[in-house]
Amino acid sequence: MATNMISKRNLGMFMYLIFVLLPIYWLLNMSFKTNDEILGQLTLWPTDFTLNNYITIFTDASWYMGYVNSMTYVAMNLVITLLVSLPAAYAFSRYKFVGDKHLFFWLLSNRMAPPAVFLLPFFQLYSSVGLFDTHLAVALAHCLFTVPLAVWILEGFMSGVPKEIDETAYIDGYSFGHFFIKIFIPMISSGIGVTAFFTFMFSWVELLLARTLTSVDAKPISAIMTRTVGATGIDWGVLAAAGVLTIIPGILVVWFVRNHVAKGFALGRV
Amino acid sequence: MALELQDVSLLMEQQTYLNNISLTFEAGSFNVLLGRTLAGKTSLLRVLAGLDKPSSGKVVYNGQDVTGFAVQKRGLSMVYQQFINYPHLTVWENIASPLKLAKVSADEITKRVKQTAEMLHIGEYLQRLPLELSGGQQQRCAMARALVKDAGIVLFDEPLVNLDYKLREELRSELKALFKTRETIAIYATTEAHEALALGGTTTLLHQGNVLQTGSAKQQFAKPINLDAADLYNEPPLNVFSASVTNGVMQLQQPISLASADHLADLPNGEYQFAIRPNHISLQSNDLTSIVLASKVDLAEISASETYLHVETSVDSAQKGLNWIVHILSIMSFRTGSELEIFLPLEDLFVFDLNGKALRWPDTHIEREL
Repeated sequence: MATNMISKRNLGMFMYLIFVLLPIYWLLNMSFKTNDEILGQLTLWPTDFTLNNYITIFTDASWYMGYVNSMTYVAMNLVITLLVSLPAAYAFSRYKFVGDKHLFFWLLSNRMAPPAVFLLPFFQLYSSVGLFDTHLAVALAHCLFTVPLAVWILEGFMSGVPKEIDETAYIDGYSFGHFFIKIFIPMISSGIGVTAFFTFMFSWVELLLARTLTSVDAKPISAIMTRTVGATGIDWGVLAAAGVLTIIPGILVVWFVRNHVAKGFALGRV
Repeated sequence: MALELQDVSLLMEQQTYLNNISLTFEAGSFNVLLGRTLAGKTSLLRVLAGLDKPSSGKVVYNGQDVTGFAVQKRGLSMVYQQFINYPHLTVWENIASPLKLAKVSADEITKRVKQTAEMLHIGEYLQRLPLELSGGQQQRCAMARALVKDAGIVLFDEPLVNLDYKLREELRSELKALFKTRETIAIYATTEAHEALALGGTTTLLHQGNVLQTGSAKQQFAKPINLDAADLYNEPPLNVFSASVTNGVMQLQQPISLASADHLADLPNGEYQFAIRPNHISLQSNDLTSIVLASKVDLAEISASETYLHVETSVDSAQKGLNWIVHILSIMSFRTGSELEIFLPLEDLFVFDLNGKALRWPDTHIEREL
């Protein structure tokens, strides 16, 4: 009966979901197994169910501090990016000035360079000014990539707001700052949601800069996950649990901004 | 208590938007700016509002030079052609926002928002968001926001253009009534002559950044100062033809004596441009002395209960073919290419010199029955 209900179209969708979700299921599956079971035989679900892998992560500071570090610099990056790119995008969308188009394009071209290009200068610079191995170092380095993207996305949303709204607000008596916060920002909240989403995603996932610019105090989870070869070999179960925990913030963010992003895809420049 | 523009010019990127404009708007007056697109109406309003700074000249309000004043300090309000409201605020909050910023007490705000909303018939929609309203209601909301603060000057930039015909008529007559009792200077920009005629007040004709004529719309309709001004008031446009006059005789297809029309009788010898409204041309001879022209039908457009007949005559004094539009107040059908005679009553002719300056106007009279 189930096969009758699944039409051909749904079948395709079903297959697609299986392919997409299979690796994630397998990760989840592994995280609840012991290392013996993972290495020993192929089981479709944990026969020897255990939470020990998660307990290891939540009790060992060298593991859970990775998450704290990652979240710290991601949050810092998000705040800096929005604070910098909101005024910048407003200027690009509202004013004409000499070289505005070139500057806009130059901003975007920053995104075209691979992060590895900036590795050496960042490392040397941060070492010499004492920023090495701080959260701020990673947050600032990520800004190089997130700010252009944020300006570009926000500019699209802002250009969709008619200039007459600004003028009407001034005529009504709003000062610029008051207007920007009370009228303008609520009008482009979808755009801000989309921007925050992309900024978060970049910063959370980025590995190369985050790993190179930190050593101990600000070491991100993605770096810790790549250095888990211990004396007893690779601890597969803990690694899988760490993987699951790394996906969760992404899922949460997508869940919260899903409406904004959907609106953003329809309206703006994503 | 007057608003004055003194020699105001506005140039942007080597383009002249306003050219040396001097105008005075009296307190409590209703003023109409009539002009085509790009005539400078919006530029003029923006200079008045302080949104654009004039390249030269002064804006004076109540004897004070306000040219450099920030928009917030002008104490005026403006309604745009687009329906501009704050989309995330309710209608109530939209209307209340200028009052809140002016630090008016809460009781007073409640009272005035209610009163203004009632006046504009949006009293029952106060809790809705602007986008949940119809176009007409959105524009009423924008108008309410402009009127609620009792500004000394209210600017309207073609506020009714984006509304359908019926709503436009309705809102226009309401607006007219609203400003009857106010001490406010209202300035209303429009491209449509019939709006200027319906609104009354002082009308200023703008053309390519210049003021053509100031006065009542009725006066301007009857006696346009030049061809550009006449053009603004006539849709379909005036039929213009040039002809020479020698000793009171005009030479067109045949010579015709101008003696019977009072306003043309003493026209000196020379070359002139004559003009006649499309609805004054008739297809039958009548007891009026008329120029009779043999013509050929090009096209007949039927619009509701009227017909616009396009015909072509063979010659004017410059020996070239001439096109005419005849406005007939009934439905008639014509075969393309068929020949007929058109009659131009002498008493309805406008006379302009070759530069377009008006020399003679027909006597204003009550429209004849056809």
